[in-house]
Amino acid sequence: MQLEQQLRAARAQKDILLMTHLVLGYPSFEVNREVIRQMVENGVDIIELQIPFSEPMADGPVIMMANQEAINAGATVKQCFEFAAEMAATYDIPFLFMTYYNILFKYGEEEFFKKSKEIGIKGFIVPDLPPEEGDKYLALARQYELAPIQIFAPTSREERMRFLAANGAGFIYCVARKGVTGKKSSFNEEFATYMARCRAATDLPLAVGFGIADRSDVETLTGKADIAVIGTATIKLVEEKGPAAVGPFIASLR
Amino acid sequence: MVTLCQQAEKSAAPPNSPGLRQPAQGNENQMNKKGYFGNWGGAYIPEVLYETFRQLNEAFEQVKNDPAFWQEYVDLMSTYSCRPTPLTHAENLSRHFGGGQIYIKREDLNHTGAHKANNVMGQGLLVKRMGKKRVIAETGAGQHGVATATMAAKFGFACTIYMGEEDVMRQRPNVFWMEKMGATVVPVTSGARTLKDAINEAFRDWVSSMDDTHYVMGTVCGPHPFPEMVAWFQSIIGIEARKQILKQFGKLPERVYACVGGGSNAMGIFQGFLADRAVDLIGVEAGGKGIETGQHAARLASSDASVGVAQGYKTMFLQNSDGQMLDTHSVAAGLDYIGVSPILSDLWEKKRVRFAAATDTEVMAALDLTMKKEGIIPALESTHAFVQAFKEAPELQPDQAIIINQSGRGDKDIFTIAHAFDDPSWKAFIRGKGADYAA
Repeated sequence: MQLEQQLRAARAQKDILLMTHLVLGYPSFEVNREVIRQMVENGVDIIELQIPFSEPMADGPVIMMANQEAINAGATVKQCFEFAAEMAATYDIPFLFMTYYNILFKYGEEEFFKKSKEIGIKGFIVPDLPPEEGDKYLALARQYELAPIQIFAPTSREERMRFLAANGAGFIYCVARKGVTGKKSSFNEEFATYMARCRAATDLPLAVGFGIADRSDVETLTGKADIAVIGTATIKLVEEKGPAAVGPFIASLR
Repeated sequence: MVTLCQQAEKSAAPPNSPGLRQPAQGNENQMNKKGYFGNWGGAYIPEVLYETFRQLNEAFEQVKNDPAFWQEYVDLMSTYSCRPTPLTHAENLSRHFGGGQIYIKREDLNHTGAHKANNVMGQGLLVKRMGKKRVIAETGAGQHGVATATMAAKFGFACTIYMGEEDVMRQRPNVFWMEKMGATVVPVTSGARTLKDAINEAFRDWVSSMDDTHYVMGTVCGPHPFPEMVAWFQSIIGIEARKQILKQFGKLPERVYACVGGGSNAMGIFQGFLADRAVDLIGVEAGGKGIETGQHAARLASSDASVGVAQGYKTMFLQNSDGQMLDTHSVAAGLDYIGVSPILSDLWEKKRVRFAAATDTEVMAALDLTMKKEGIIPALESTHAFVQAFKEAPELQPDQAIIINQSGRGDKDIFTIAHAFDDPSWKAFIRGKGADYAA
């Protein structure tokens, strides 16, 4: 089943879906494995697996450091594929790859799509690849029926949003605010207007990320978005309290 | 000095930089549309910056087609910096090598001691037009940071400079000046703690501050329009140099040498001669401890780099097979960088610019010789160009000339250079100073 249909089916059962994120190889694939088990067992609906890159321009300090540590610990793209294959085979929920364009580019874009399809990955988030630079990427996404997830930002104009949506599939990742990952967002009136603009621009499900850290954030998003994205918060949690804390945290969100 | 500054003539205004368009001609449409030079460049930017780049492109297009803006820039550089900078005939070095006549383009005589002043003051004028109130910049050795801080002080902008923690340690005098001119210097503790990491941090600032802030990119790298824009401002070097060599030597040079970190001084001088197909253009990269050691920053002069996309643009990067960037090395912090200008990658691919590398050891020897023979102190970065020029000068005849672009002056780097020479009396002096302060 393609990503969008899969998400719509899940969404029919729940008021809001939860998407979580982790950096592969940080602190280790073993810990990744345990964290994912806890996430899935506690109802996470979709997981973003970040393949580490040495220059993660759009990420804030916590995820940036996680990228670096993973690379320093020796995580390779090959290992990331092996691990993702194992996860996709073990669990029923959709898994996505999040990474920067150079990782796909160096791997060989076609090879990257082919391999991802083979192991059961459903889509990609590539924050430094706007559609203008992604002719080949978008063509391959159609060919392999993998979702090239596009990103909306509060600075995106209506016309731009429509253009992005036309090039996207699966869902739209709405960045809640300006800035990088990991800082608190305020879900005020301005945010509500922004979400209304996002909704008007596309029929695709809307995910909201950047700075979502607790139950009240998720509650605020319910009714406005289809998917709440938890990124930095779980990475910090694992750093501070270990992977065992992830399950109860996820369970507390909805 | 004073007379040179006063001589500032009305430089022929190039609303479109003269040379830059030439090599890109076949791809002009593509470049205009997407910011590519042949296969290189582009704008790989996060969505949150899309609108900011749209505005920047629009502002740059406007000034590029406004001769009055270029004149304002030239006038500013003739009164605030020292343009036109002289072209010096290095008679003793020429005689020493017994080949062609060696001329040196003196970008070291700019305010703050390097060609960085050109780009920074140009972008400052653009920021004024755009109505922004704050500037941010990355800096490696600190030259671009110091230049940006002077510009911000002069134009009344708030200013934050991102500088790798390693570089903050190595280049304390530049940090001192930036702070004294009112800038905030933020040490960057991520990654290798050098130039590339400072660029990432500057982008991280910009994605939240873009409404009132302009990112003054220091070199001809990064997403479109930065390579083209910085090259445009730096083209003032080549425009002057071409006129000067014709006036002083009576004909064009055989070869033009420039060091290449990101590539801004090289693009600056090369643009004056791109259309003169007979003039050989040579970019000199950091050979570090030797290409064979892997500890270098030679992207185009070695076979260690490969095509990649990072920091917003496509070029040749020093990276591993997964696409993770490698650590680079050079005695000259300004050349110590993973990527290279997409414009230079294009000129390299089209074989219009030839590339060579100079090792740290060769650089120290060439610096020593230049000081002894000419009383001129090039920056360690610039000295890389001297190394290659010295190797090739004997191949030429006395009625032929070469130009070396001296992108910056070395006396500002006294700590680094004294250290590189391992100078015992300097060390004793520092120990004494240290003891004074400790007391």
